[in-house]
Amino acid sequence: MTDTLNGSLNGKGLALIPRTDAKQTMKDFKSDQEVRWCPGCGDYAILAAVQSFLPDLGLRRENIVFVSGIGCSSRFPYYLDTYGFHSIHGRAPAIATGLAASRPDLSVWVITGDGDALSIGGNHLIHALRRNVNLNILLFNNRIYGLTKGQYSPTSEIGKITKSTPMGSLDKPFNPISLAIGAEAGFVARTIDSDRKHLQSVLRQAAEHRGASLVEIYQNCNIFNDGAFDTLKDPATRDEITVKLEHGRPIVFGTGDNEQAVRLSPTGGLQVVPRAQVADSEILVHDAHNVDPSLAFALSRLDEPAFKHVPIGVFRSVDRPSYDHLLNEQVQAATADKGTGSLADLLHGGDTWTIG
Amino acid sequence: MTKQVQQLDRVIIRFAGDSGDGMQLTGDRFTAETAQFGNDLSTLPNFPAEIRAPAGTLPGVSSFQLHFADHDILTPGDAPNVLVAMNPAALKANLGDLPKGADIIANTDEFTKRNLSKVGYDGNPLEDDSLAEWRLHAVPLTSLTVKALEGFDISKKDAERAKNMFALGLLSWLYHRPTEGTIAFLEAKFARKPEIAKANIAAFQAGWNYGETTESFSVSYEIKPATLRPGTYRNISGNQALAYGLIAAAVQAKLPLFLGSYPITPASDILHELSKHKHFGIRTFQAEDEIAGVGAALGAAFGGSLAVTTTSGPGVALKAETVGLAVTTELPLIIVDVQRAGPSTGMPTKTEQTDLLMAMFGRNGESPVPVLAPATPSDCFTMAVEAARIALAYRTPVMLLSDGYLANGSEPWRIPEIDELPDISVQFTTQPNGEDGTTYLPFKRDPQTLARPWAVPGTPGLEHRIGGIEKADGTGNISYDPDNHDRMVRLRQAKIDGIDVPDLTVDDPDGDARVLVLGWGSTYGPIAAAARRVRAAGHKVAQAHLRHLNPLPANTGEVLRAYDKVLLPEINLGQLAMLLRARFLVDVISYNRVRGLPFKAAELAAVIQDVIGDVIESD
Repeated sequence: MTDTLNGSLNGKGLALIPRTDAKQTMKDFKSDQEVRWCPGCGDYAILAAVQSFLPDLGLRRENIVFVSGIGCSSRFPYYLDTYGFHSIHGRAPAIATGLAASRPDLSVWVITGDGDALSIGGNHLIHALRRNVNLNILLFNNRIYGLTKGQYSPTSEIGKITKSTPMGSLDKPFNPISLAIGAEAGFVARTIDSDRKHLQSVLRQAAEHRGASLVEIYQNCNIFNDGAFDTLKDPATRDEITVKLEHGRPIVFGTGDNEQAVRLSPTGGLQVVPRAQVADSEILVHDAHNVDPSLAFALSRLDEPAFKHVPIGVFRSVDRPSYDHLLNEQVQAATADKGTGSLADLLHGGDTWTIG
Repeated sequence: MTKQVQQLDRVIIRFAGDSGDGMQLTGDRFTAETAQFGNDLSTLPNFPAEIRAPAGTLPGVSSFQLHFADHDILTPGDAPNVLVAMNPAALKANLGDLPKGADIIANTDEFTKRNLSKVGYDGNPLEDDSLAEWRLHAVPLTSLTVKALEGFDISKKDAERAKNMFALGLLSWLYHRPTEGTIAFLEAKFARKPEIAKANIAAFQAGWNYGETTESFSVSYEIKPATLRPGTYRNISGNQALAYGLIAAAVQAKLPLFLGSYPITPASDILHELSKHKHFGIRTFQAEDEIAGVGAALGAAFGGSLAVTTTSGPGVALKAETVGLAVTTELPLIIVDVQRAGPSTGMPTKTEQTDLLMAMFGRNGESPVPVLAPATPSDCFTMAVEAARIALAYRTPVMLLSDGYLANGSEPWRIPEIDELPDISVQFTTQPNGEDGTTYLPFKRDPQTLARPWAVPGTPGLEHRIGGIEKADGTGNISYDPDNHDRMVRLRQAKIDGIDVPDLTVDDPDGDARVLVLGWGSTYGPIAAAARRVRAAGHKVAQAHLRHLNPLPANTGEVLRAYDKVLLPEINLGQLAMLLRARFLVDVISYNRVRGLPFKAAELAAVIQDVIGDVIESD
């Protein structure tokens, strides 16, 4: 196993955030606002999962902030009784960056969607990831624009017929996991709205990672893109498609005769082969803590062509100092070096002269 | 040889050379010496946006103008008395501004056939009689410098580069400037290259000695120190003053300062300056773009910082949506716009006042924002503190309109005592404010200021959500109720309209002027200098200057209506005039030039005279 870059931060993702001994329940995290998503929307399941998982973190509720952009998912903060900021389209990572960088005592969550994060806000997303700002970014991917009523999104498959693309969309979609790994993200994971246990396990790991965490959550839009992830949910197909990533475990999936394994391809990258045809020693053992992102990236490409094999779980979890940590270290170092700033000394610095 | 010493009351010098000749540095050093000596002064750097335009060409000319005097002055001066031309391009680009009889100090070494033809000179103007109407001092600055540095272990190129210090030495002799500051400066600047430091000091001293011995200069000049208000002074540029003002505001507000910014000319120096002072608890964040700069600042404001973003016009355009979010979430935020010539990229290093209407209205919806504008470089300090006062007291974004002229220009500044600065500290809300004693109403307003409470994350029991969707009055919950929206739009407007700003003061020495000349922002110096000229010529003119543009001082209409004519010079096509005409139905006379340069005092004096003439004629 490869060790982490900065052992001192490892597992201390929540160390700076005040904790509470008071017993918290899911109810404490529900706001008094009526939830206004379409009936049957995958967002309900994610909201319930988050509301019931937050008490487990044991953080003071007032030190948790949810920041969102624009889109269906971005209404999320209104429904949580924490601090919340529903901002503007695509800008949540930027706004959350200022908050997290100036307030290391906060657990800051960004709620965004595939349009918000990858289209209008793509620039902020990649820079928040490379800077390693202490944020948990939950990217609700439904592969469609919901709030504007059904245009294709940057994760829609090529050829998508929508109101704005009656002859089919032309552009190749982003793979959010590949993008995040390419953007130097330290923590990258994927989960699915319908699997509450898996979702909560991933969220916990994201919260405990100090630095930027990106969690892609497959979320069903039952109005404009219903069934987009059905093959991952249908008992008849899901086991053949879903590749559950677990750190330290060989990557195998499927059952019975259809059991398959992942191994290094002789031509570079990874390949999926029948389990029976490979020796145990050939099977790739998942190392989420590998500093080198190459294999994590290769894993993110297993779903090409689309949805043939879909890894879920934590692709990458590598610690490095977070942006707020480094920024505050500079403030402390400057103060230790020069003493707390004196305004009078500052104003009288440089060449002065006195009259009268 | 005994040289004559002549007394002058003021001098305007322009250093001009290639972008790579170090003219800005030379000007800065001469300014520092002059400030140290105790003259009043005002400076105007003028340089191309290109870092190194092709050498020796007209677009590559960089200049630095300095006006200094034994009395208080208001502008960098209209026309130079002395031009230092380091090459033919510098001569050609600046000769048009030079009145007949002025001195020209030209570096003959650079007047080669090739350099002359590069800028379209057929012959050498130093050798024909085309400069006969000026006083020409032809000095081989480069070769004299190289000769003076013969004993040093440096390359010929490094020796040639010290020619600006030779020129500085010569000018320092010519105007009896103190030299210790420059020597100490060079020692510090080249601390890691002691041989270069020594060579530059030697070049500087050689320039001084050359002045003393050469026959080319028979007279040197003394300009006595100015009598300024008692106090301790320093020289300061607008950008530095603005940065210091922001630091002072954070100290006086007892809040940490957070700057989110993206580099842009001519605002970047504020980012540079603030990033040097982290020991004040300042966090500076160089964002991926203009939008992220203001976004991060707004996030920090939500978290309880004094939040600032600094930019120039194109950046303000990009930040507009986030400023609108700050308007509707009612969070304190300072947006500094160091205006430059537009539209689009325009002329990044040139000045303009063309962002006023964008600052006022450049957002969707009814989105009122207070707008302030400093009048002089040192006033940037005062107005930065004022911007913070308004932002914090009223929980609103504030636009602070500096410009390229203020940003890079400099003047002596009487350093304020700390106890002269206003206390702008704020109280975060820590207790529920609902009538039931348990709920928190994030949009329940202070009855005096109409400001909403500011409860920051980490405050137990006050968890709440804000956002860009219309909020119900009081609770802040999402609301699409028509009457609520109408009420909230009016409340946000009333809050800004009700901001407490000082009355507009009028300078009218005799109290019976019939023409008022009004200005805003950086035109203060040229307008005030023009008014002095007009009065010195025996005419009467009143002068007033707006530093608060939204809301306007309560007595603005009354002042405007008290005069037969109101003249408003602006470096735009009449933006404030449009606002004043609409608001007060006063037939303001606009005078507009958009040349990327400040007004000249003589130009404005003539315009004022014309308006006074019209008033008298119509009697």
